Amino acid sequence: MKVEHVSNSFFLCDPSFTFIEVVYHSALQGAAPSNHYVRRKHVDFRLPPFLEEQTKATAAMAKLIWFCLKCILLCSTIEAVFEDQVGKFDWRQQYIGKVRFSHFDTHVQSSKKVLLATENNVFASINTRTGELFWRHVDMTGPEGNIDALLQHGQDAVLVVGDGRQLRSWDINIGGLNWEIVLDSGSFQSACLVGYQDTVKHVAVLKKTVISLHYLSNGHQKWIENLPESETVDFQAVYSGGNGEVYVLGVVPHSHIAIVAYSLDDGEIIKQVILTPWLSNIQASCVVIGQGMLTCVDSAAVSLYTLDLHVQSQMTQIPLQVPTTMKPKAFYFIKLPDVSSSLVWTGLNLTQWSSFLKKDDSVGYRAMVQTEDHTLTFIQQPGRVMWTREEALSDVVTMEMVDLPLTGTQAELEGEFGKKADGLLSMLLKRLSSQLILLQAWIAHLWKLFYDARKPRSLVKNDVTIENLSRDEFNLQKMMVMVTASGKLFGIDSKTGTILWRHYLDNIPSNAAFKLMVQRTTAHFPHPPQCTLLIKDKDTGLATLHVFNPIFGKKSHVTPPALLQPMLQSLMLPIMDQEYAKVLLLVDDQYKVSAFPSTKNVLQQLQEMASSIFFYLVDSNQGKLSGYRLRTDLSTELIWEIVMPTEVQRIVSVKGKRPNEHVHSQGRVMGDRSVLYKYLNPNLLAVVTESTDLHPERSFIGILLIDGVTGRIIHEAVQRKTRGPVHVVHSENWVVYEYWSTKSRRNEFSVIELYEGMELYNSTVFSSLDRPHAPQVLQQSYIFPSSISTMEATLTEKGITSRHLLIGLPSGGILSLPKMFLDPRRPEIMSEQSREENLIPYAPELLIRSEWFINYNQTVSRVRGIYTAPSGLESTCLVVAYGLDIYQTRVYPSKQFDVLKDDYDYMLISSVLFALFFATMISKRLAEVKLLNRAWR
Amino acid sequence: MSRILKTSILKNPPEVLKLWFSLRCLPVPLSVNMARPLPFKIAVVSTVLFVVCTDFVFCNSGRRVGDVMDTEFSGFSVPLEHSFEVADVAKFRVRGALMLKAGREPSVSLTQSQLSEEDRAKLKEVAAVDGLYRIRVPRVFLQADRQTERQMEGYLTAFVRACAMVESHLSDVISLHIDVSGYVIGVSIVTLPGACRGTEVEDEVDLEVFNTTLSVMAPVNAPGPETALFVERMEQESEKKGKNPQEQKSFFAKYWMYIVPLVLFLMMSGAQDQSGGGAAGGAANGGGR
Repeated sequence: MKVEHVSNSFFLCDPSFTFIEVVYHSALQGAAPSNHYVRRKHVDFRLPPFLEEQTKATAAMAKLIWFCLKCILLCSTIEAVFEDQVGKFDWRQQYIGKVRFSHFDTHVQSSKKVLLATENNVFASINTRTGELFWRHVDMTGPEGNIDALLQHGQDAVLVVGDGRQLRSWDINIGGLNWEIVLDSGSFQSACLVGYQDTVKHVAVLKKTVISLHYLSNGHQKWIENLPESETVDFQAVYSGGNGEVYVLGVVPHSHIAIVAYSLDDGEIIKQVILTPWLSNIQASCVVIGQGMLTCVDSAAVSLYTLDLHVQSQMTQIPLQVPTTMKPKAFYFIKLPDVSSSLVWTGLNLTQWSSFLKKDDSVGYRAMVQTEDHTLTFIQQPGRVMWTREEALSDVVTMEMVDLPLTGTQAELEGEFGKKADGLLSMLLKRLSSQLILLQAWIAHLWKLFYDARKPRSLVKNDVTIENLSRDEFNLQKMMVMVTASGKLFGIDSKTGTILWRHYLDNIPSNAAFKLMVQRTTAHFPHPPQCTLLIKDKDTGLATLHVFNPIFGKKSHVTPPALLQPMLQSLMLPIMDQEYAKVLLLVDDQYKVSAFPSTKNVLQQLQEMASSIFFYLVDSNQGKLSGYRLRTDLSTELIWEIVMPTEVQRIVSVKGKRPNEHVHSQGRVMGDRSVLYKYLNPNLLAVVTESTDLHPERSFIGILLIDGVTGRIIHEAVQRKTRGPVHVVHSENWVVYEYWSTKSRRNEFSVIELYEGMELYNSTVFSSLDRPHAPQVLQQSYIFPSSISTMEATLTEKGITSRHLLIGLPSGGILSLPKMFLDPRRPEIMSEQSREENLIPYAPELLIRSEWFINYNQTVSRVRGIYTAPSGLESTCLVVAYGLDIYQTRVYPSKQFDVLKDDYDYMLISSVLFALFFATMISKRLAEVKLLNRAWR
Repeated sequence: MSRILKTSILKNPPEVLKLWFSLRCLPVPLSVNMARPLPFKIAVVSTVLFVVCTDFVFCNSGRRVGDVMDTEFSGFSVPLEHSFEVADVAKFRVRGALMLKAGREPSVSLTQSQLSEEDRAKLKEVAAVDGLYRIRVPRVFLQADRQTERQMEGYLTAFVRACAMVESHLSDVISLHIDVSGYVIGVSIVTLPGACRGTEVEDEVDLEVFNTTLSVMAPVNAPGPETALFVERMEQESEKKGKNPQEQKSFFAKYWMYIVPLVLFLMMSGAQDQSGGGAAGGAANGGGR
């Protein structure tokens, strides 16, 4: 989605005033071994005198300096965290996902554990008092790690994993693995613990055609038996009552139930058929309660059927009385362990009830409820909510960071500028009054500081609430707006991780795609900030808009337009309406464009700008990329088209640049003091294709760089004998992508950089329509020792700070890899010039240094995305990694060059200053005395 | 030889033109391989090696290139169409015929007629309202054996501002981009110069003849990690070190015999200076009295 402005100057400066960032190392000056500092220099600069001398130094000296330089270069890239900084700027939240099985640990009276197995293939134990995790095991994603059953006996929890492929036993106290065995293949049906005379020693696993019995102590198989008539009977449940028999329940839909009983010591005992014409699925509508009492519910006839498995008499029907006003949606069984009756619940929104417990003499209840927004709530008997866990956050789809609003006083001051001038005197008075308010606030702040300083540190609490939210000095604290797959939106404080607001959207289709856009930031004071969430059903293409205030989470009073046609594309334009809301263009499947907000002012602006508003659409099914231009009547016209043959390759991703990205320096200073200008095309798209042929010899991935306005293919490259998944980062003048090399069987990184050459074509304005010359393309590849999950580049306010790549690894680490190492100009043979340029000599392998992990030991499981946002400090970039866990931290790609360190020695500096001051005073006095004495002589 | 040429084409458009103009004089436009070598640029080297096949042929309207082509190529022709309308509703008409030659190194040439009087006027009119000049070619598969398989459904389109077309006096650069297997996936057009400055184009002759540079761009083979060279270099280095043990010693280890006496000398002289200075000072004081 690109918008082209021919008139908009992408480069703000004339080239003669261009500043180039140069990084020198202090070793060259022979200064103290501090880190590098950043200096701005004019383009046609010459060597500083000390450097010029250096270049004339002897070869030996040069070598020594090079060695020092290397050391300092390496030191300067180190970014480890000090021990006392742990948790100071970062936080992590661990989640488990939507619960599938849960079990209260009841074998010890005082136990406060609940065991949970989730649909995200996580097995965890949670503290029932606080809701915190005791331990957690994250299994493989996909069907291999799917948890089929959870059984608990005493200290052991038995899991059946991966459609009955594996049987595992865990120690629930410490979360350690007792044993694991691999079972025969076969579709898993059910599992149960088998006891005999109050001691449970076995576990039975029922599959489609066989039943096997395993020892609970070591997992070894005791016996395995084929099920009779397994072709016709659908065996679905297994039950053991503790009398040395194992019952297997099967059903022939709408015909009968088959019950097969096995003895513990191997062998079929009994087989019985009971006619139950309404029943189609045992697991969905039946449960065994008490001493072998099979209870089934027939929701059509609203009645209950019971059958004693031991006696095997006829099924008895118990009609239920349901108020006619309350139409039951579904039936839920709730098991009471010690009471020999069961409840049938006409559930509304509850999806999971867990267990009840008898406490002391009186009956006490506790329940864990999971609602459709994936919130896990723990309720104690008097109706008290003990804790809630927002498990929806285990599946964050997209997020944005929004600046916090200014405080009331600051806003007052800001508002002053917004108003129309009404006389000099009143303006002055207003200014004075607002400054008085500021002074007042400052004094109050000072007083609070003084007051807090007297209290012990532990008592001083800075609770973040939605009321006292305000922007901090360096804009380091922001509001994280997170959209989850369940349709729940969250507003999280980035500093502490506290959830400040939550909002559940009803009727979200299960396969919805989300796009979150910030229409108005907090910068336009009297107008509240505004975010728009586009929710699109992937099947029908129909979309809805949810407009809300990102700071408070409240739905906005602005009514979004009803979207009746399926949506193809949405794009944010940089033009604003009178209330400073950016215009959102929505393209429907008739290629008609509608604007939101669609006031008269907006439509007028759109008409004026229509001829310079371009957008593109990608149809990966047909391999088609097409460009459109807006017409003044808000219809569109097709202006370019690129078609990839779908039988050869398919488009897997299209990456543009981030609209809020700034590039500070237009070029790179070469060793010979000339400037190599970057090709900074804001409309450039990186299109990645993968071959349909997956044979390792013939498969390939393709990289196309396409101008999004003109549709011109700037560069087309093919990486042969490779395959995806491809991760791409596209920023500034470079594209970095990672792929799997089928030839060498390893992961590789490749970087493409684009340069205009030694001179700029048109330095004042970038227009895609007027760039006749193709850029120079440089490319280099590297071996990377790990596969990766996701990749993103750091982003800073002004783009002065050097860039790093943030790489989420499957191991749970987040690596901050300096872009310097991914530079196609890294020379194979070092020359004097490349040394001058501080290029690192080419090495085919990129090593992972342990200091580069920004999350030290805070593993982030299953990272799916990394979000970066600039802060008010140029050196600092805010990072949020999300997946199963959420991790927030700050990174300083060029170290904190604009911040004094925490341990900065103010005392030393001030004492030195004072000492010098007094020394000058004293020496002045002495000099005077001496002069006087001499004069007397 | 041809590779050098190709890369220079990709990287250095002004040189392309120079070369192109020099090529224009040659009787057979296919003789690209005769091009003179151009100096390498270090920055370009990495991509040079991996250019597979980018052939580049020109054509012009005023000459009878078509008959030359017919004898040279066993290729086939597809229409190149263009459209420029004041109302901005695309109405494509034939501009010329593209002769495509399939094979390992696909090549292309173009025969096109002059712009008619009417078209010239229209083009200027479109340029005045900042309309678009569009071109399109049908989707083509170069590698197919049979004629029927070569052409597929749909078109590939590209555009340029009509004013740029007018102000550049119809000198445009058209590239056909093909993919790995020989499908034409995109077409691009730029004019040289590309800017619209609003300069008046009075001379009707300027708008008569297309001055087209045509090329087929195949994908570049992206380089893999350069392990062989690196290992070789490492071996060389270790060999060098093995041969010359002097090299691997550190600076201090090598020159200690000079440094130590120097430092000693400095220390001695410093001490002497101090004592000497003190003595001299004493003498001066004494002298003063």
